[in-house]
Amino acid sequence: MRIALIAGFLALIALLAVGLTRNPREVPSPLVGKPAPAFELPRLGGAERFSPADMRGKVWLLNVWASWCVSCRDEHPVLVDFAKTKRAPLVGLNYKDQRDDALKWLARFGDPYQFSVVDADGRIGIDYGVYGVPETYVIDREGVIRYKQIGPVTPDVLQATILPLIAKLER
Amino acid sequence: MRRLLPALAALLICAGATAREAAPLAADEKVEARLIAIAEELRCLVCQNESLVASRADLAMDLKREVREQVRAGKSDAEIRDFMVKRYGDFVLYRPPLKQSTYLLWFGPFALLVTGFAAIAIIVRRRRAVRAGALSAEDEARADALLQKRTDA
Repeated sequence: MRIALIAGFLALIALLAVGLTRNPREVPSPLVGKPAPAFELPRLGGAERFSPADMRGKVWLLNVWASWCVSCRDEHPVLVDFAKTKRAPLVGLNYKDQRDDALKWLARFGDPYQFSVVDADGRIGIDYGVYGVPETYVIDREGVIRYKQIGPVTPDVLQATILPLIAKLER
Repeated sequence: MRRLLPALAALLICAGATAREAAPLAADEKVEARLIAIAEELRCLVCQNESLVASRADLAMDLKREVREQVRAGKSDAEIRDFMVKRYGDFVLYRPPLKQSTYLLWFGPFALLVTGFAAIAIIVRRRRAVRAGALSAEDEARADALLQKRTDA
């Protein structure tokens, strides 16, 4: 009896301890494994329009960013380094930003994006389930979202998760 | 009185101004009521422990705008909830749906309660058994006699 009680108590503690190590801010996205929502948006600082369908046949990354987003600054050098390797196309989704601020930001910190598209009112962000900028999506050749990074892409995440995933998807 | 008049006039103007400001909300009363009813059941993802209604976060305002537009477009409550779940997952719902992955969440507390009651029942029964066996007939008689004395006095 006593052993059963102690075992039960320890099991409860173990359950709660595991709970403490998890990050409640990370909400698993229901979009992983689903086709990337369609949109057609103008490019930042240009007149051309872009739609995810234009990327069919390529494994590519969509990175949601904004000049007002503090963590985007932490993430930025990682993306700049990634862009130098030319491993996969990186498209920016400039989320709820002012055009001039966004352009100034890219001029100041470097532009890792093939181009950025403008989601001024955040409507496309809602379709993509964006709730904390920056967020990054890995999209496969068929246009299916394979991975979503919530929060900044760190060198660790890039090395351990995103790069291997790109290699796997390109095979 | 002469001094009071301008003050009264100012008051009247103010009253008129506030009445005019409130008008657009009243026109949408039904939409707003439904918006509030739906958004109360949705979690703000930025400030996780607040509902969409309570939150003033940027994203919450956007999502409320989205809900408002869908209400106006004649979407049902279920359709709007579905729209949110498709984008943000079950986590946006304050009442998680009953499915395999949420069984523990829904039934865990009751299971814990039943286990607790079972443990109490077992412990109580054991103690009772111990107590009943501990007194011999002689002791019992003495105890009765002592108790009798107390109540008599």
